[in-house]
Amino acid sequence: MLFTSYEFIAFLCGLFILYYLIPKKFQWILLLVGSAVFYAWAGIRFLAYIGVTTVTTWYAGTRISGIQEAGNAYYDAHKKEMDKEARKAYKADVKKKTRGWFLACLLLNLGILAVVKYTDFVIDNINAIFHGEISFLSFALPMGISFYTFKSMGYLIDVYRGKTKAQSNLAKFALFVSFFPQIIQGPISRYDKLSETLYGEHAFDPVRIRSGLMRIAWGFFKKLVIADRLLAGVKTLSAKPEEYQGAYVVLIILFYAIELYADFTGGIDITIGVGEIFGIKMEENFITPYFSKNINEYWTRWHITMGAWFKDYIFYPLSVSQPMLKLSKWSRDHMGKAVGKRVTVYIANIVVWFATGLWHGAAWNFIVWGMLNCVVTVASYEMEPLYKKFHTALPCTNRGWYDVFQMFRTFWLMGAIRILDVYRNVPTSFKQVGTIFTTGGWGSIFSADVLKLGLTGADYLVVLIGCILMIAVSIVRYRQKDDIRVNFEKRGVVCVSAVILLLVFAVLIFGAYGVGYDATQFIYNQF
Amino acid sequence: MEKTSMKKRIIAIVAALAVFCAGFWFFQRLLTPKYINDIIEGRLIADYYDHAGGNDVIFIGDCECYENISPIKMWEEYGITSYIRGSAQQLIWQSYYLLEETLQYETPKAVVFNVLSMKYNEPQNEAYNRLTLDGMKWSSSKVASIKASMTEEESFLSYVFPLLRYHSRWSELTGEDWEYMFKGKRSFHQGYLMRVDVRPVTSYPSKRPLPDYQFGATAYEYLDKITALCKEKGVELILMKAPSISPVWYDEWEEQMVEYSQKNQLKYINFLDLIDEVGIDFNTDTYDNGLHLNLSGAEKMAVWFGKYLQEECGIADHRGEPETVAKWQEMTDFYHEMEADQYRELEEYGYLKSYGGRPVTEEGK
Repeated sequence: MLFTSYEFIAFLCGLFILYYLIPKKFQWILLLVGSAVFYAWAGIRFLAYIGVTTVTTWYAGTRISGIQEAGNAYYDAHKKEMDKEARKAYKADVKKKTRGWFLACLLLNLGILAVVKYTDFVIDNINAIFHGEISFLSFALPMGISFYTFKSMGYLIDVYRGKTKAQSNLAKFALFVSFFPQIIQGPISRYDKLSETLYGEHAFDPVRIRSGLMRIAWGFFKKLVIADRLLAGVKTLSAKPEEYQGAYVVLIILFYAIELYADFTGGIDITIGVGEIFGIKMEENFITPYFSKNINEYWTRWHITMGAWFKDYIFYPLSVSQPMLKLSKWSRDHMGKAVGKRVTVYIANIVVWFATGLWHGAAWNFIVWGMLNCVVTVASYEMEPLYKKFHTALPCTNRGWYDVFQMFRTFWLMGAIRILDVYRNVPTSFKQVGTIFTTGGWGSIFSADVLKLGLTGADYLVVLIGCILMIAVSIVRYRQKDDIRVNFEKRGVVCVSAVILLLVFAVLIFGAYGVGYDATQFIYNQF
Repeated sequence: MEKTSMKKRIIAIVAALAVFCAGFWFFQRLLTPKYINDIIEGRLIADYYDHAGGNDVIFIGDCECYENISPIKMWEEYGITSYIRGSAQQLIWQSYYLLEETLQYETPKAVVFNVLSMKYNEPQNEAYNRLTLDGMKWSSSKVASIKASMTEEESFLSYVFPLLRYHSRWSELTGEDWEYMFKGKRSFHQGYLMRVDVRPVTSYPSKRPLPDYQFGATAYEYLDKITALCKEKGVELILMKAPSISPVWYDEWEEQMVEYSQKNQLKYINFLDLIDEVGIDFNTDTYDNGLHLNLSGAEKMAVWFGKYLQEECGIADHRGEPETVAKWQEMTDFYHEMEADQYRELEEYGYLKSYGGRPVTEEGK
């Protein structure tokens, strides 16, 4: 059930009406039923996968929590009787008891993800290296497996660390894992945050609902009016790389940057808006990412919950793990302070970016994409002192235009790396970027030739107006550090309603949907 | 206080919904094709509702119906009242549901079905579906026809709300869309689409062998349904193959139709075998190289068919009924006005500018 399908709209309307008609204490149960229906729509057999993850994680979580609680109770009762060593030993013993459940559950669920998502990739590489002919297993990928697995494992780690108390109610936990708005493209919510509103009783709040509807409409606008309209251009340009080189590669970088942003943020807007109309608050996943002045800032603004997941559950634990600390010490002793300081950070960075690339897809282009991000991040870190000197020497770099220059630079740099996602082939991607410097054709992209890319003049006009609106909304968000919806809400119900209606009609009329358009799922659905 | 707040809330919701509905309706009217000067056959199906009732003969079928027979001429010659419920590439299940709907409005003495659509066993083309289905009034017949006709790319909802289908026309809007937003244009003559221009047959299409000549099960299923429906309503069903030389009508198809008509005791007329008897001259009686007849050909067909209907089916002459005469006189006047106007346009422009014709050069011929 695509967000942009008529089925989803009907499903959402039905659920919404029921949600506010039934007694509030049953609202979360309705959401669970709705989530199950939503998930089963993609194929009832896939319920088995998410079911296994849900049950095993819930069970492991409750066991871990149970052991911890019993341990804590015993510890509190007998603390005075134990000396320091005994206390330490007792805590280690409790930790050891929980570790078994933790590792078993973690390995099982990451194993499921690895098998269904990466088996064919591994087979493909084995065949390539050893000239083998092992047949692909072609597992059907369960909807949102990367998202719900990461969400569940985040919960498990938090419980294991004692940061979160396990959810004792299996049905409530099942809702956390399968909550339908965020199952297919995130955000990857943390249990402690989402549970604050997920199970609560929510009254019909017109202000909140209007605000949610506005966000949903804006999401549809971005997806259907901008992203799906540009899709034809991206497809045309990427289908014939030998024909579209040089300046056209710059054009495809631009097109894809716009398409991906409108598609992914549009999907997240719908997700968060749907949550809001049900009274459920979700984390922001994007905060004006194209206004980032460097790559580090970019990754704190783009797909925020994914970045945070890797940082909290891989980067930090890895950096402070015993082997890494030993390595760091060894490096300091043998190669000096500068190297010792860096080695663990770099290794953790490499691991995180490799995993990030792999998470996006079982293909080398994603892995290389991740590693390129790693290289730029590290290079950026290394050049930090140089930048500081440069900025000190040139006071003009404090000006606003320099900020714009940095944003512009980061936009194109990230766009160039992202081209691996466009061509889905590593050599082709590098070759195509190379043609920017070797092949001309700049006149073509400013001529009528651009009308041969599957986009008409009217399409360009719609995309241009859409982009102006997206930029305007982003500027407001960037400057006031708050959503533009606040400004509309201040002007009252008529203003909010007018904005919603305008967006709805813009989507209905200018949206690229129906016969004649290639209906597409959200790009991030596939990750 | 609580009551006032609730009241205000309901008013706000109703007002927002009303604005939405009004806007939706407005844009739907604006963006739905008007078929005024181009693809004018897109208005054929809806045209029936202004003329429903009082017809002794109903023709159903594809373009071989609505371009090949002139009901006005049949009236003038024999006093037979008839209507053509034809549409472009009308599939057999669409014919069935159109007939089912028509029989809700009137019960004719005879129904003539053009059998060319027997060759289609599955939904074909969204654009043609629209030409048949959009114009139908909402009824269980329309719902069933949509469901039977939809191709994979289509959605039922887009038939309920055509804006969902035609929204992308915003970049093609012309003055015609505004002018005919709330009104139609009279263009047809009891379902007949008039063309007076001539483009003779220059060559006959070759009969390319087909892998399978057997008509499909679905096609037969709906032909059976048409037969049963006519029997149930006491209407005589006549099967017809119009005298169009293209698309090719195969001998193997002909055998199946002959066999079917004999088995079901139906009259079957293949006009391809009666070209000389009807008097059709493909040098003067077609406007598109033999695919369809022009006015001259359609009138010859009406003359032959009217005589047949009267003699073989006992269809009555209504020229003695003042009320019917008055109604048909008005239509006859309009028919001859258009005929004169088409000849005038043909002379002035060399093609039928306002009637769906195109300059010969535009077609590269």
